[in-house]
Amino acid sequence: MSKMHVKLTVNGKEVEGLAEPRTLLIHFLREDLKITGPHIGCETSHCGACTVDIDGKSVKSCTTFVAQVNGADITTVEGLANDDGSLGVLQEMFREHHGLQCGFCTPGMITRAHRLLQENPNPTEEEIRFGMAGNLCRCTGYQNIVKAISASADILNAQEPSGSEAVGQTKVEAAE
Amino acid sequence: MIPAGFEYHRPGDIASAIGILQEHGDEARVIAGGHSLIPMMKLRMAEMGHLVDLQAIEELKGIDIGTDTVSLGAMVTQHELITHDGLAKAIPLIREAALQIADPQVRYMGTVGGNVANGDPGNDMPGLMQCLNAVFELSGPDGSRSVAARDFYEAAYFTAREDEEILTRIAIPVPGSGVGQAYEKQKRKIGDYATAAAAVMVGNGTASVAMTNLADTPVWSESASSALAEGNVEGSVAAMLGDIDPVADNRGPVEFKKHVAAVMLRRAIDRAQSRAG
Repeated sequence: MSKMHVKLTVNGKEVEGLAEPRTLLIHFLREDLKITGPHIGCETSHCGACTVDIDGKSVKSCTTFVAQVNGADITTVEGLANDDGSLGVLQEMFREHHGLQCGFCTPGMITRAHRLLQENPNPTEEEIRFGMAGNLCRCTGYQNIVKAISASADILNAQEPSGSEAVGQTKVEAAE
Repeated sequence: MIPAGFEYHRPGDIASAIGILQEHGDEARVIAGGHSLIPMMKLRMAEMGHLVDLQAIEELKGIDIGTDTVSLGAMVTQHELITHDGLAKAIPLIREAALQIADPQVRYMGTVGGNVANGDPGNDMPGLMQCLNAVFELSGPDGSRSVAARDFYEAAYFTAREDEEILTRIAIPVPGSGVGQAYEKQKRKIGDYATAAAAVMVGNGTASVAMTNLADTPVWSESASSALAEGNVEGSVAAMLGDIDPVADNRGPVEFKKHVAAVMLRRAIDRAQSRAG
């Protein structure tokens, strides 16, 4: 099968490359673009470790062909850090509240939580658990993940809109 | 898990998509959200030379709320069904069911058209659409036609859709005010298909009852519906249990599935009745 020309915006940067249409997005991100934040966990669209944000949607990149998202705007966990490389609010709160142990699920957790808070800035605990149902963690028992997301919501809501630049949300919001 | 190779097509209108299907016959298949098809392709249980992506076709999008009818484009995602306030007002049953499908990530991608057209007995929307008496609109080389959801399903993965046809829209009659609706689903875990699920509408002397994943097609039961319309709940449950045909699998033996089916149906009836009037 002939390769196709693929053009994406990933974490605010335009990237391009050649890929067979059957190439899964997770493989293109990790192997071609060397963006290794999104992980390959179950490879069967259950675990959510491969979750990335595509045009404002949380998507499992192991169940998406790169051909389907040609031209799309993609954010991975790398894109949720602050511009100076320090941890963004969600990343910092996962650290602060011990929302991870081995860390394998964390990139998917944080990327999904980012979209959840964009859509619902004041989620209840039940809404967080329902909204995070597509991400599995085998270490934490989820309790501290819920706490980390809830704490992130409090911080983000307390910030002035202009203050969002300081926490690495600007790029993503501007893309929407 | 890498699928077999294919040529990728992204047509911009229905006619072009049908043209590609005609040109390549059995070798071509359409893809909507891909969250049923891609896992099967990764397992190499589905292989095709040509994949026809429907995402760029505007005619397949949009939710139109009319006075008597709601029209859903085939490419409307479960997420869009859930977040559309007008739809939640017109037919609340759809949001209630869509919230119980898969998980958030899958609902951003999974479409209502893919869910109904795939013919998977585990999918929730086919039974729901039978309960609502929806009509599927199909476009093919010879033009368009309509098939009632209650006539669409022939066996697991076999439907009234021809290979060169595309399911384009779904037309759903808006239930009258006073009609209570409910969807009840038992599943082993989040994201699972139903062990048993029931869609119920009741009120104004009418009723409609359908169930999911208890036969090789969704089961809309005329006798269960008419019993419920007369207010005979146990008669309705008994009629439905006579019409389903579950098989033993990793969700349990036949007796267990019948038991769960009756529990789900009673709960759905109870809740629909509480919302009627």
